[in-house]
Amino acid sequence: MSEIRGVYTLWLREIKRFLRDRTRIISMFIQPLLWLVIFGAGFGLRFEIPGLSYQKVIFPGIVAQTLLFTAMFMGISVIWDKEFGFMKEILVSPISRFSIFIGKMLGDSTSAFIQGIIVFFVGIALGISIDPLSFLYALPIMVLITFGLVSIGLTIASFMGSLESFGAIQTFINLPLFFLSGALFPLRGPGISLPSWLTTAAAWNPLTYGVDALRNVVLGSAWTPLQVQPLWVDIGIIALFDVIMMAVGTWAFSRMK
Amino acid sequence: MPHTIETQQLTKTYGSLKAVDSLDISVESGEIFGLLGPNGAGKTTTVSMLCTILKPTSGSATVNGFDIVREANKVRKSIGIVFQEPSVDDRLTGRENLYMHANLYGVPASEQKERINRILKLVELEDRANDLLRTYSGGMRRRLEIGRGLIHYPKVLFLDEPTVGLDPQTRDHIWKYIKELKEAHDITVVLTTHYMDEADRLSDRIAIMDHGKIVVLDSPSKLKETLEGDVITVTANNIQTLSRLVNKLLGLNQNQIVDGALEITVRNGKAVMPRIMELATQNNIYVESLLLRQPNLEDVFLHYTGKSIRQDSGKELHGMAAIQRRAIK
Repeated sequence: MSEIRGVYTLWLREIKRFLRDRTRIISMFIQPLLWLVIFGAGFGLRFEIPGLSYQKVIFPGIVAQTLLFTAMFMGISVIWDKEFGFMKEILVSPISRFSIFIGKMLGDSTSAFIQGIIVFFVGIALGISIDPLSFLYALPIMVLITFGLVSIGLTIASFMGSLESFGAIQTFINLPLFFLSGALFPLRGPGISLPSWLTTAAAWNPLTYGVDALRNVVLGSAWTPLQVQPLWVDIGIIALFDVIMMAVGTWAFSRMK
Repeated sequence: MPHTIETQQLTKTYGSLKAVDSLDISVESGEIFGLLGPNGAGKTTTVSMLCTILKPTSGSATVNGFDIVREANKVRKSIGIVFQEPSVDDRLTGRENLYMHANLYGVPASEQKERINRILKLVELEDRANDLLRTYSGGMRRRLEIGRGLIHYPKVLFLDEPTVGLDPQTRDHIWKYIKELKEAHDITVVLTTHYMDEADRLSDRIAIMDHGKIVVLDSPSKLKETLEGDVITVTANNIQTLSRLVNKLLGLNQNQIVDGALEITVRNGKAVMPRIMELATQNNIYVESLLLRQPNLEDVFLHYTGKSIRQDSGKELHGMAAIQRRAIK
């Protein structure tokens, strides 16, 4: 019981901090807007799939990208807690490390999830047609995607001592995961042949299946000829990845001093 | 009466460095126990082990009857900790920080509101309770942290350098709180500090630590009594010579040069002072000032460790510079 209350209070803290960060809330609207409008318009010139605009194809990719960047950023925020001493208060409390990890993970995932939903609204505001039912289907998939990604961020942060390596996370984790996920281009389908190193790397990228699952849901049957995997396989792979990363994260937290 | 804290040969080593060396202490229930020593003496390491943050290399200890290694979780539930470095969330309000602590330590939800209100009153932060912590001053944060450590009704409160970096008025304020809180909650307090006056003002008993060992342990007044009598502080233009002469001709061997001044510990200061003046005049030493005072813990530390407590923080140079300045004059 007291463990559950501990998880709840850690979750609540992340949400409060998230909602109080005004500048980030504004940038939450701007970034997807830039991608969808400018990138979508510029690259859409040479892109033809029957029944799909390029903007609509990258839309689920931008949702996934937002989840990725937010989840990683929030996870890494553990470094701030370490640097400003607050982590000590949590670590010496009688709450188990597993609960600390879960509380943080749920809080950060919720924040990333909210941000993902905002991208949906930005998309609708831009005139991308999204079926209300497919939006509802996308929600649990978004939750599944964030769990694993936040766990990566938390694990890395638990090993890092300072904010200095923060930029390296962007270069070595965020961007490769993003570019290799097929968020900006289809990985397979009629008339598409990518270099094999790229498809191999994408196949090992967990985010590939997140992007693909979202497209299966949002784009519906128009996406079926281009899908990486059927929806249920995508979901299975993401769930497996979540379980592995949460186990790794709990282990990382248990050895944190 | 059972001891609240007992350590047996408690040791922590880092490589070849013994940060804490075979420590045997017992803290009695209801006392304020001061751990006094210079930076690096092993105070924080000791407290970290007792708080189960660090595992001892060897030896053992119990806090509230729980073993610090085998029953770490029970120890954690029964203690409150105020760290040397701040450990609050400055994006949350004071009240939110306290609620969070109450939840982490399993305070029943029905009692939280009342306890938190009482603590806020105690540390006089009621009117600022709903402001974000980033708007608090250093002293206010410290008060909140000390109050926070009490929300789950711990039996022992650990305070690691509670007033470091605070201005004198705020320090005074915090000392007052610590005493009040101790009375109000009937708890045992373990305090580490490198401030002599802090240890003197607060502690029932003081353990002086140096190089990971307890040098001496007693009540502040007893410690000062061991110095038997008064301290005479002399500044003069030839301090080294005076020190030698005082030792040789007056037989005052308890003398040391600290920060460019000669400190002599004697039984009857009033009678000795004229003799020192006489001696100086006979040897053409110009005495600038002569001061008689009761010994403080600084003297006790000096007496037992042979060095000033501030020596590690670069004040030595200051002392040398002071001598040169006087020589020029």
